[in-house]
Amino acid sequence: MEGSVPLEWYLILSAAIFAIGGVGVLLRRNAIILFMCIELMLNAVNLTFLAFSRYRTGALGALDLDGHVMSFFVIALAAAEAAVGLAIILSIFRHRRHINVDDGNLLKN
Amino acid sequence: MIPMFAMGASDHDDHGHDDHGHGDHGDGHGGHGDHGHGEHGGGSSWWMYLLGFLVLAPTLMCLFNGVVGSSGVSYNPATGEYSSPILMAIILAPAIGAVINGTIGQKLPRPIVNLVGCAAIGLAFLFSISAVGSLMGLEAPAAEGHMAHQPIVYNAFKWIWVGNFQIPAKFVLDPLSAVMILIITGIGTLIHIYSAGYMSHDPAYARFFTYLNLFCFAMLILVLGGNMLLTFVGWEGVGLCSYLLIGFWYTDDAKASAGKKAFVVNRVGDFAFIIGMFLIFTAAESLDYQAITQLATTPETAGPLMGIATAATIFIFIGCTGKSAQIPLFVWLPDAMAGPTPVSALIHAATMVTAGVYLIARMNALFILAPTTMWIVVVVGGVTALMAATIAVVQNDIKKVLAYSTVSQLGYMFMAVGSGALTAGVFHLMTHAFFKALLFLGAGAVIHGLHDEQDIRKMGGLRKSMPIIHWTFLVGCIAIAGVPGFAGFFSKDEILWNVFAQVHAGAPMPGLHVVMWIVGVLTAGLTAFYMFRLYFLTFHGESRVAAGVTPHDAPAAMAMPLIILAALSAVGGYLGVPHILGGLVHWIPGIGEAMSHHILHTWLEQVFTPSANALSIRFEHDQEVVMEWVTMGVSVVVALGAIAASWMLYARPSDVPKTVAERASLPYKILSNKYYVDELYALLFVKPTLLIGRFFHKVVDEVLIDLLLVNGAAWVMESMGAIGKRLQDGNVQRYAGYVVLGLGAIIFLLLIK
Repeated sequence: MEGSVPLEWYLILSAAIFAIGGVGVLLRRNAIILFMCIELMLNAVNLTFLAFSRYRTGALGALDLDGHVMSFFVIALAAAEAAVGLAIILSIFRHRRHINVDDGNLLKN
Repeated sequence: MIPMFAMGASDHDDHGHDDHGHGDHGDGHGGHGDHGHGEHGGGSSWWMYLLGFLVLAPTLMCLFNGVVGSSGVSYNPATGEYSSPILMAIILAPAIGAVINGTIGQKLPRPIVNLVGCAAIGLAFLFSISAVGSLMGLEAPAAEGHMAHQPIVYNAFKWIWVGNFQIPAKFVLDPLSAVMILIITGIGTLIHIYSAGYMSHDPAYARFFTYLNLFCFAMLILVLGGNMLLTFVGWEGVGLCSYLLIGFWYTDDAKASAGKKAFVVNRVGDFAFIIGMFLIFTAAESLDYQAITQLATTPETAGPLMGIATAATIFIFIGCTGKSAQIPLFVWLPDAMAGPTPVSALIHAATMVTAGVYLIARMNALFILAPTTMWIVVVVGGVTALMAATIAVVQNDIKKVLAYSTVSQLGYMFMAVGSGALTAGVFHLMTHAFFKALLFLGAGAVIHGLHDEQDIRKMGGLRKSMPIIHWTFLVGCIAIAGVPGFAGFFSKDEILWNVFAQVHAGAPMPGLHVVMWIVGVLTAGLTAFYMFRLYFLTFHGESRVAAGVTPHDAPAAMAMPLIILAALSAVGGYLGVPHILGGLVHWIPGIGEAMSHHILHTWLEQVFTPSANALSIRFEHDQEVVMEWVTMGVSVVVALGAIAASWMLYARPSDVPKTVAERASLPYKILSNKYYVDELYALLFVKPTLLIGRFFHKVVDEVLIDLLLVNGAAWVMESMGAIGKRLQDGNVQRYAGYVVLGLGAIIFLLLIK
């Protein structure tokens, strides 16, 4: 695999995307933005899986599809999450005309 | 017309006190509606239940005899014991009465309740006579040619059966318990009949008869119980009934606390009794009286008992001081006068308070092994007798005088048993039961006849309006004062002689017995003095009765017991005629021969043989006779002198008592305040206890437990929760932040590894 992009670059990229997503989850208030940040984190992980999968194939000389399988799982999960999450966000928006996560404290205490 | 009830009838109904109207007045004041109904209880119906009782009792007796044969005594060759279920019948008769009156008594009409109460104890009396009659027949030759009475034993059931701790519910009728059950059921019956008249206006009559029957039940267990634990059951039972009856009018705070005081003071003594039992069980491995006596009188087996005898007997004696009102635990008895007067007569004069004397007599074989305890008993008895007699001289409440007199006479009994003169102790117990019950019932009749007046300063001149009470009371006074020929003379003289005789009987401290004899003679003089002071102030002189009160004599239900008891007080002493006076009664046909040899002594000899051997009086015969005449003469002179002094001071108007009280104001104050013993105990025991209680309340409970432990634990939890609460604030982003922080921490830890 001479001349190809080294594994570290993938990892650095995915770490950067994960961190951006993580910081977004922690700091942003808008539920949609949070959602998108979670997607970023999930996909950063997917990228790692695929990078490792590719890397291991190169090292062992045989095709290793474990990382791909995990990615599919994550994508399916993200799709399901998006379906449920967006439905919740939508119904919250209908009630309150905004989707600020800070204000969703009706059941607190 | 003079209003009968100056204080108002409704006032009295509140606490159910002696609100008595009487038949003999009901006629004269027929216009008074409020006491017209009194005629039933006081006058006309008493003979109805007496009649019913006379019909019913023999019927039941015949039934019983038909079922189990003549008092049912059977011989068991295996154990060599006579047995009879009649002992159970004696005990259960009052128990059944208590159950009937205690459950449905409230709904039954008054005559039925009276009938049940009197019949229950009356039946027990008839059964007792039958059983004692059988006991007399069971004579067996004992050592040294004496005739011994085989006790009648009845093993009801196995009560406690654990390893070698085996306690059967075993009842024993021997000569000593025979005397006791005859006193309890006989005087008990008279007092029950009297109570039917005395309580004729109390709404709680069913409760009263329940308690009275229950008391007789417990007292019979006490004296018939064949082992210490069974006696203890009766001991606690009579204590309970005493408490219930002292506080009978419990709505009155003072009366309720008098009951409480009696109960608490008795607990102190009972505690010592229990320790005594423990000690005896560790040494003898049995609590059975026959077994203990057997062990203690056999030199080979007395060893382990010798070791604990002093300690055990002292503890048991402390128990006796509680129940029998001796120093230091006598303080409850004067307060116990808060109860109805028949209760004072039955429980606090004739029966329960003599339980201590009975117990020492019962355990004489063990007490003989402990000479130290014996002289403690003598000294405590003597000091109590003198102290109580001096207090009685200045009391103005008719019942208080009698209460202190009882304490004093009980002291005599303890002097007797402590000197080893057990027969004399039991003899005095019996005669005292006669005359003190008589005096209390007479006092009750006076109080009743004056509508609740107990202060002798507000009496006087009652001999004309209360002839029956006057004459019977006079007999009681003569008997207790020790005038020759009456009951008290014989028993008291025997005690004094025995105490004196110990000087020569090889006692460890002859001087002590001389002092005790002098104390006894002094007390005898004081007794005669205060009793006749009471008699003269009540029945002689000018009437000081409050205006509006018309004194009247005892109604028939109350007069009959008075007359019977007066007869017993007069002649009861002839059961114990001393040897030196034997010749005086020897001529009487039929019984003269037996009487001249001290009937009671012959009867009790077998029970007291162990101690009789140890403490026989060792005078030369001639010297003994002279000394006995001298001591008897001294006590008679003292008694007559005291009566004369009392007549001079109180029978006629005289200001000598007042002058004496003023001149000797300090002793007078000490005496009328009863030596400040109550105050001393309050200072020594009650206040420290309250202080400790307050300490535990304020410091241990409120600060340590409530504040520190209970609230402290809650506070710790709450503070920890406050921290945790801040973490769980519902802000999901903050949770995520914590996750990230944790993640960072884990990475950091992994990296620095």
